[in-house]
Amino acid sequence: MNTLEQDLEKLVYERPDTLVETTTHYCPGCTHGVAHRLIAEVIEEMGLRDRTIGVASVGCSVFAYNYFDFDFVQAPHGRAPAMATGVKRTLPDRVVLTYQGDGDLASIGMGEIVHAAARGENITVVFLNNANYGMTGGQMAPTTLPGQKTSTSPSGRDVETAGFPIRASEMLSTLDGSSYVVRRSLHDPKSIRLAKKALRTAFEVQIRGLGFSMVELLSICPTNWGMTPVDSLHWLESNMLPYYPVGDYKINPIVAEIKI
Amino acid sequence: MARELLKGNVAIAEAAIRAGLTSYFGYPITPQTELLEYLSARMPEEGRAFVQAESELGAINMVYGAACTGARVMTSSSSPGISLMLEGLSYIAGTEVPMVLVDVMRGGPGLGNIAPAQSDYNQIVHGGGHGDYHVIALAPANVQEAIDMTVLAFDLAEKYRSIAVVLIDGSLGQMMEPAELPPFKPLATQFPEWAVRGAEGGRERRFLSSIYLSPPEEEKANLRMLRRWKDVEANEIRYKEYFMEDAKYVVTGFGSSGRVALSAVRAARAEGIPVGLLRPITVSPFPYKVYEELSKKVDGMLVVEMNTGQMLEDVLKAAQGRTPVEFYGRVGGIVPLPDEILTEIHRLVEEKPAVGGHPRDRWMDRMIKMN
Ligand SMILES: Cc1ncc(C[n+]2csc(CCOP(=O)(O)OP(=O)(O)O)c2C)c(N)n1
Ligand code: SF4
Ligand SMILES: [Mg+2]
Repeated sequence: MNTLEQDLEKLVYERPDTLVETTTHYCPGCTHGVAHRLIAEVIEEMGLRDRTIGVASVGCSVFAYNYFDFDFVQAPHGRAPAMATGVKRTLPDRVVLTYQGDGDLASIGMGEIVHAAARGENITVVFLNNANYGMTGGQMAPTTLPGQKTSTSPSGRDVETAGFPIRASEMLSTLDGSSYVVRRSLHDPKSIRLAKKALRTAFEVQIRGLGFSMVELLSICPTNWGMTPVDSLHWLESNMLPYYPVGDYKINPIVAEIKI
Repeated sequence: MARELLKGNVAIAEAAIRAGLTSYFGYPITPQTELLEYLSARMPEEGRAFVQAESELGAINMVYGAACTGARVMTSSSSPGISLMLEGLSYIAGTEVPMVLVDVMRGGPGLGNIAPAQSDYNQIVHGGGHGDYHVIALAPANVQEAIDMTVLAFDLAEKYRSIAVVLIDGSLGQMMEPAELPPFKPLATQFPEWAVRGAEGGRERRFLSSIYLSPPEEEKANLRMLRRWKDVEANEIRYKEYFMEDAKYVVTGFGSSGRVALSAVRAARAEGIPVGLLRPITVSPFPYKVYEELSKKVDGMLVVEMNTGQMLEDVLKAAQGRTPVEFYGRVGGIVPLPDEILTEIHRLVEEKPAVGGHPRDRWMDRMIKMN
């Protein structure tokens, strides 16, 4: 092998060890996979693998525990923040994260998430907002946009009868227990880099015992949106971003000092 | 340790601490609230976890998370709160992690009232949550038993990776009696090989879940749980007998019903009636065999409950029509009086009821005439 070939074969982008080498059940192009990778990279970079406990939720990410190489439990639909509370209060020196969809977090689990945040529960919530119930076949979610067609809003979400979407990050940011609540998007490389940085900060917040942290990630569901992955990314950008602006909704002053 | 005057709810709470309770999660509901209140002060004092949850749904799922760490965990509630917990109980059973639940029953259905009742028998003993699962349910009848069975509940839950329930009614929760607390057990430092506590030292990852997407795997899991339950049935059935050696008639009831019935049985004995009392301690597993054997020997049974005859069905199943079974219940938060039960004993002995028909129907007829 000459030096040129060696240079060509230099690995510059590796699977983090915290991500299990296996095929996932996610649909092609789905950003659940991107979110998984970001979490795995951050856990690895921070050296947290041996003391992290994940709480999977009910939704397409129900099998998240199969993909991460660290300990996991799996919660009933919506109850991940309560389960995470039980784990964290029993093992306060572990890093505890939940991974939840928008139906899980903002509909059936609204009570659990609000109170986990209000208590300043020292956990990190990764919140995948794809504006529908992916796993059950694309029904309307609390995050479904006005006019958005889903299998249970076939003529588009009619706010007169189905009400308005919930902006979970904005809502949770009003609670004093929330320390770090931000929204990021997974629709292009730059946004993905920012999303990773936010995840890193969220875990730093937890390690410093600063209270509740949540990173909302705008995500796509090509299968149920009925679009190609690329079109889905465009749709997210032009439809979801205006309704769900990326931004920092709650930054505890101490968090602002964290340098990463 | 000396005997002291203790309230049922408080005694259970302190017994749990001494049994090594690491994490407690609960929500206020009468007549259970003293447990929550007491632990809100005592758990932090011991440096252990206490959270007043946002609901029983929150509480049971906090328990679920904590139970996955292999620590000793508990929640307590009363009937409407238990209904709300059933989702979590099914998941906990399906994940095969141990926990202790204290149910201080009150009148129902619905909001009912806060007076003592035994109307959760079916919801506890015969499931309630979805799927095939069983819980171990212990029914103490006095404060000392409540203490002892709380300690036992933790041991059994761990031994069988099961939910263990301490099932009492509001009167026992509120009652003060002299009792002796157990010595302090140190908190566990070793945890089972399934416990999810972070993959320390680079060990292989573990996960706990109640999902078996593949039907054959789910079937296997169900059979594993059932086999474990068969072990519970074989080894853990407990009951108490009073005046049973020469008894021709048997009164039976669990918890407070059994306790009140004992006074009636004593009075009947004083009159020379050969009657005894069988008080099941484990209502789940239910001592079917014990009832079956009795049904071959005795001239009649009287089931006393503070509901409309829930345990009655299990007694009937065991008796198989071999002996007359009668029923006496008070519901809605009313505790039967010993005199009422004595009257029922007289009727059983004098009227020699037929084996046929349903005892609940006969009881209803009498109740309607009374009301
Ligand atoms: C108690 C309960 N109700 C309903 C369901 C069915 N269910 C499974 S996944 C899901 C929706 C999940 O949607 P979301 O949280 O947005 O996750 P996604 O699949 O979109 O990532 C529902 C309703 C369930 N499993 N449990
Ligand atoms: S259904 Fe949607 S959210 Fe679920 S894996 Fe497929 S694309 Fe992703
Ligand atoms: Mg979704």
